[in-house]
Amino acid sequence: MAARTRALETILVGKGLVDPAAVDALIETYETRVGPRNGARVVAKAWMDPSFAQWLRSDATAAIASLGYSGRQGEHMRALFNGDGVHNLVVCTLCSCYPWSVLGLPPVWYKSPPYRSRAVIDPRRVLGEFGVVLPAETRIEVWDSTAELRYLVIPQRPPNTDDLDEEQLAALVTRDSMIGTGFPRARP
Amino acid sequence: MSQSEYWPDLQEATFAEPWQAQVFALTVKLNEGGIFSWSEWSEALGKELAGAAQDGSDYYERWLLALDGLLVRKHVATPAQIQDLTEAWQRAAEATPHGKPILLENDPLGEASR
Repeated sequence: MAARTRALETILVGKGLVDPAAVDALIETYETRVGPRNGARVVAKAWMDPSFAQWLRSDATAAIASLGYSGRQGEHMRALFNGDGVHNLVVCTLCSCYPWSVLGLPPVWYKSPPYRSRAVIDPRRVLGEFGVVLPAETRIEVWDSTAELRYLVIPQRPPNTDDLDEEQLAALVTRDSMIGTGFPRARP
Repeated sequence: MSQSEYWPDLQEATFAEPWQAQVFALTVKLNEGGIFSWSEWSEALGKELAGAAQDGSDYYERWLLALDGLLVRKHVATPAQIQDLTEAWQRAAEATPHGKPILLENDPLGEASR
């Protein structure tokens, strides 16, 4: 695989289609600078600031871009707000579309065939396997990502966090809670 | 981060091996350069992922196959060209002492083989 990748790179660089320095810079970005902490900041701001939450509901792409996080493929973002009686779960049944700009690259299970099929067929059971047990009356909405549209779940703010600031709130937001397969942490 | 026994996080790092990062970045750059749209890419990747390993462990192998196929369909490379260069890089890797950077010039058959 390594040799084949080098072969493709040799061809692409030789044709002037990619710049090796730009490739290295991109890798560095994804290994060190882009990750779920970006999304956690979006969620914490939505918890703190009702006008930002409203902006997220009406135009998530612009609201998220205002914090400096924009998709590389020009994809649109939609924020899915969990609430009493509704829980959102995100999947990509076709391949592995994922909101890179706010969550980084997806975990292995997100890309695995069982998650991609079972999250749609039996979401309640899949959530249970993640330790997310919901009341029977809670409606589970499953959202299938595409190349053009990616989703960010805005989990419910944990109780007893009124006195926390945005940074402390962001520390409670887990990656899985923004996919829908987890809850935020309780305050320490 | 996930503690589930059913859905373990198999991989701590973003990429398990350097070539995975490389093939990922090449794909993103080619899309940004307009060689293919991201929808075309998703479709190509989706086709390769049909029948992927249940644990997701061969994800980047399939990603590489998808890129390979898309570049051939876009007439950026021919299968023979990719195969010849792959073999040259393999020979170069085998001929390179451990700890030294692998360079295509280290291919003992050199340009003559390509």
